Amino acid sequence: MQTIKQILALVQKDLMQEWRQKYAFYGLLLYVASTVFVMYMLLHQPADKVWNALFWVTLLFISVNAVARSFLQETTGRMLFYYQMCTPEVFMIGKMLYHVLLMAIMSLMCWLLYIWFLGNPLIRLGYFVGLCVMGGSSLGIAFTLLAAIAARAGQNAALMAILGFPIMIPLLMLLTRISEIAFQEVYQPGLIKMWWMLGSLDVFIIALSLILFRYLWKN
Amino acid sequence: MKTYWWKALCIVLLLYTLIAGLLMPVPAKDILNETIRNLHFHVPMWFTMIVLFGISCVSSIQYLRKGSLQKDIVAVETANVGLLFGIMGLITGAIWANYTWGAPWSDDIKQLCTAIALLMYFAYFVLRSSFTDIDKRARVSAVYNVFAFAMLFPLIFIIPRLTDSLHPGNGGNPAFSQYDLDNELRKVFYPAVVGWILLGIWIAQIRIRMRLLNLKSFLS
Repeated sequence: MQTIKQILALVQKDLMQEWRQKYAFYGLLLYVASTVFVMYMLLHQPADKVWNALFWVTLLFISVNAVARSFLQETTGRMLFYYQMCTPEVFMIGKMLYHVLLMAIMSLMCWLLYIWFLGNPLIRLGYFVGLCVMGGSSLGIAFTLLAAIAARAGQNAALMAILGFPIMIPLLMLLTRISEIAFQEVYQPGLIKMWWMLGSLDVFIIALSLILFRYLWKN
Repeated sequence: MKTYWWKALCIVLLLYTLIAGLLMPVPAKDILNETIRNLHFHVPMWFTMIVLFGISCVSSIQYLRKGSLQKDIVAVETANVGLLFGIMGLITGAIWANYTWGAPWSDDIKQLCTAIALLMYFAYFVLRSSFTDIDKRARVSAVYNVFAFAMLFPLIFIIPRLTDSLHPGNGGNPAFSQYDLDNELRKVFYPAVVGWILLGIWIAQIRIRMRLLNLKSFLS
């Protein structure tokens, strides 16, 4: 009970911070909008496959920026405060939940803008929206530990991209595969297996992050 | 002499691999023909790479638990030599593919996965070089090293299942195990694997000893 309260308090604190520094949040939204607009200027109405690939790449870039910020804004003093108040696992779960929320909003936003500008090739809207939220959250979760590592190195999003992109490729490949069925009426063998793979990959990354973060946060 | 036996074994096994691997009779198959001998040189590179990365990961875990800098040095140097073997595996594979698939690089899923794995370990060295504090560098890079090694598993077990590969044994291509009915290839392949792994460990060991001497003179 205590732990759940602590986690919720951490998430609440992050949301509160976001609310008070609204310019950063709007900045992120504008980042999404301008990225999609650049895609629109270059491609106008791309083919289904291009649409799908571009969508996930855009989401990848958004998640790097969104997640990197949340760790870099924690000052040393504040980290010391967390260190005394809660366990590393609680802190990590709190951060992950916050990233899931943030990325869910961002991926929905990204999806809306894609439909708006680049046309709507989707047949199964609901399926794709669900997958889009799930994929966005998976990226947010996977980048959480890497953001902590990059923040320790005192570096910006560039280091996070170097560390993260190779690791995200399996996730992105799975997501593009799973989303293919939203574009056309095709029989896709092994779809359920791929959903299971996505789920177990997420669980695997969460477990690994919780175990490893303990060593990062001592100084 | 007792501690050197495995080095002697390594030399003997590699000499045997070179001589027998190039001269012994091999099953004659279409397209593959004599290139089947690459089995003794290309595939053991991957075994060695995985073994070295595994040692690197284990020493990183040991570093996180105990905090001795020696373990950090072991982790770096094994990763370094593992990377070398990975690159050699890629090159031997590309040469082989040039003759069998018609091009050194054909976007085969296993080639892509290897490229990703190598990128992950290049990132490990970039991460290390971004620190000036030795202890901090050791701790943070150890965390990344464990994470990277764990993420190799989806690369090996998930992605190859999503796509067909041109490699023998995938996508309807027969595997080597169906060829060597008379165990001709196996007689060379298994010693070759052991020999190459020992060579990898040997190179890593020399580099580790060098780094430890450097550390000693640095501290004194």
